[in-house]
Amino acid sequence: MPKIIKHERIVDDPWQVLRLATDQTPADVHLPNSATLLPLAVWRARRDELLAADTPVGVWLAADEGPEALADDLARLPVIGVDFPKFTDGRSYSNARLLRERYAYTGEIRAIGDVLQDQLFYMRRCGIDAYALRADKDLDQALAGLRAFSDSYQAAVDQPRPLFQRRLHGETA
Amino acid sequence: MYRYDTTDQRLIDERVAQYSDQIARHLAGELSNDELRPLRLQNGLYIQRHGPMLRIAIPYGMLAARQLRKLAEISRRYDRGVGHFTTRQNMQLNWPQLEQTPAILGELASVEMHAVQTSGNCIRNITTDPFAGVAPDELTDPRPYCELLRQWSTFHPEFAFLPRKFKIAINAAAEDRAVIRVHDVGLELVRDAQSDEIGFRVFVGGGLGRTPILAKAIRDFLPRRHIVSYLEAILRLYNRYGRRDNLYKARIKILVQALGSEEFARQVEEEWTYLRDGPNTVPDEEFDRLAAHFQAPAWENLPADDPAHRARLAAEPAFAHWVRRNVHAHKIPGYAAVTLTLKAPGTAPGDISDAQMLVVADLADRFSFGELRVTHEQNVVLADVRQSDLYALWQVARDNRLATANFGLLTDMICCPGGDLCALANARSRPIALAVQERFDNLDYLYDVGDISLNISGCMNSCGHHHVANIGILGVDKNDEEWYQITLGGQQGNGATIGKVIGPSFYANEVPDVIEALIGVYLETRTDSERFIDTLQRLGVEPFKARAYLGRDRRRTAKVNAAAPVERETIDA
Repeated sequence: MPKIIKHERIVDDPWQVLRLATDQTPADVHLPNSATLLPLAVWRARRDELLAADTPVGVWLAADEGPEALADDLARLPVIGVDFPKFTDGRSYSNARLLRERYAYTGEIRAIGDVLQDQLFYMRRCGIDAYALRADKDLDQALAGLRAFSDSYQAAVDQPRPLFQRRLHGETA
Repeated sequence: MYRYDTTDQRLIDERVAQYSDQIARHLAGELSNDELRPLRLQNGLYIQRHGPMLRIAIPYGMLAARQLRKLAEISRRYDRGVGHFTTRQNMQLNWPQLEQTPAILGELASVEMHAVQTSGNCIRNITTDPFAGVAPDELTDPRPYCELLRQWSTFHPEFAFLPRKFKIAINAAAEDRAVIRVHDVGLELVRDAQSDEIGFRVFVGGGLGRTPILAKAIRDFLPRRHIVSYLEAILRLYNRYGRRDNLYKARIKILVQALGSEEFARQVEEEWTYLRDGPNTVPDEEFDRLAAHFQAPAWENLPADDPAHRARLAAEPAFAHWVRRNVHAHKIPGYAAVTLTLKAPGTAPGDISDAQMLVVADLADRFSFGELRVTHEQNVVLADVRQSDLYALWQVARDNRLATANFGLLTDMICCPGGDLCALANARSRPIALAVQERFDNLDYLYDVGDISLNISGCMNSCGHHHVANIGILGVDKNDEEWYQITLGGQQGNGATIGKVIGPSFYANEVPDVIEALIGVYLETRTDSERFIDTLQRLGVEPFKARAYLGRDRRRTAKVNAAAPVERETIDA
């Protein structure tokens, strides 16, 4: 079974990610009967069919798809993927934060795509808690990326109070 | 100035460790060039024409003498004994070794310095008025606000991979000396007449480069406590909706232009409704804590006028010229601010040797409470000098080629490193600056010409700020030859204006003649009180243009080479 980093540990993971091939359409793509993260377009096209089935289903958001599109369905989705088409594309950091902070999503947010060690710290801060690293990367080594810094200046999902608030209250080391 | 607490220091130390590990993994073949590139850029490291270049952050231009001594030591030990000040008030080293950069960052951390986010598609070094805290026309000291935003922007988890770089400048004075409207976000500190509260007028979407635009005001008054949440709203919109398909259209100015500033403002306000009054609301206690770091030094009670100083002015014309040009008013009687221009003849603008760094550090210790500022015009300011010390300071500066009396004159040029050093440049810029210095080496002529700005960029990225110079020079590549396009009418300050191209470009060796011709029109037609820019605005560009092309055959318009460089590691525009 493939492995991912989840909650700062390496775990076996059953979820697959479905990406549409150029000759596939949301309406007619074959839906696997195992746990699958589906493109938003497939979820939209086949929502009733998917909800009727017993197969666990999640949705992944492309970098240009905002969480607004899933606002009404969040309670039905145990996992939401946020895609990094390139590790230098930072849109999914905002999308993850919005899922947590604006839509109060409490399920798993999984980074998929070009996911690399040196971005994990920022991903974690933005509320991403599972990381499907690029296949060629060493997961043991990548774990260190989650611990790059011991503190942060800004408020974010992992620490909702910015450092200046904590300093004023004598709560810093 | 701001001093680190244990958390600030720990974060910077952890950054050095993180970067050292990244370089080690790269050298071990575990981190590819492409994977390393944004990581090293966000630590200031470019791969340039001759090898690496390291850009060291000087937050809002403030340096302590001990920090400048460290820079001198680093430039001597790891480089060629010279540093280059940039238009973002930073310092570049042009000859470090990749393998040694972790050690350099470690050295910097030992004096509360770093190279964080001096490059890359992230929030860059925040710039401000080099006369902050001493300018007579200042509403309040902008530096506490700069430091607040330095901390907020440092390692920001959501905004580390923006569509492009993001630059913020803050002005708090009646006269804008930070060119805030050519920034992605320009912040002007203002006091609300009704509430008496301090806050910001917020400008968005300015920038130079290929598409020079002045930023537009999207909010006339934002109470200061909201600045962090409001900026997060702006940055979030930009991060989500800024273009990522075309590097030349990726800055926020293009997004603001596409939406229109009113619609952009509306979207910011909408996003902000979710963020305002949350934990990012900055309490007065935090502003007070930061302001305490920038407490006024122990100014003495001095007479406004020192008789001995006046006698020196009368006795020594060279000193008097320097005082008239390079010494500025200070809000405290008996004190002055001094600009040491790094524009001596034969020296590339903004360059400072390790020996000069040590001299400036000593001058700062002796005469200016151990602190100095780097200006975006690539000069150094000693901000708190007693009038009675000016002569002694000038003597030391003069002996070290730091007292060229040309502040604000033709030879006080802004100039990027250009094709000699930068991998992006279409043309060299330093030889043009040196040729201008050589041609216009007569100080009496320069004094007669008076206030004028001449800026030089070696390519469209406009690091030399040529768009906002009275005379701007842009290096262009035409059939693999270096040509230079001239713009006229740009200016900084409250009347910030983007200059206009006058026509076909010139060969390098024509540039000094053309400048002389342009100035000739001014000298012949000015009224008594007019500066170059005033005459230009009164007469319009035509007579200047006619003189510039007089006797020159220019049928072909210079075609600017628009080929996209493969590696976009632009300099500090």
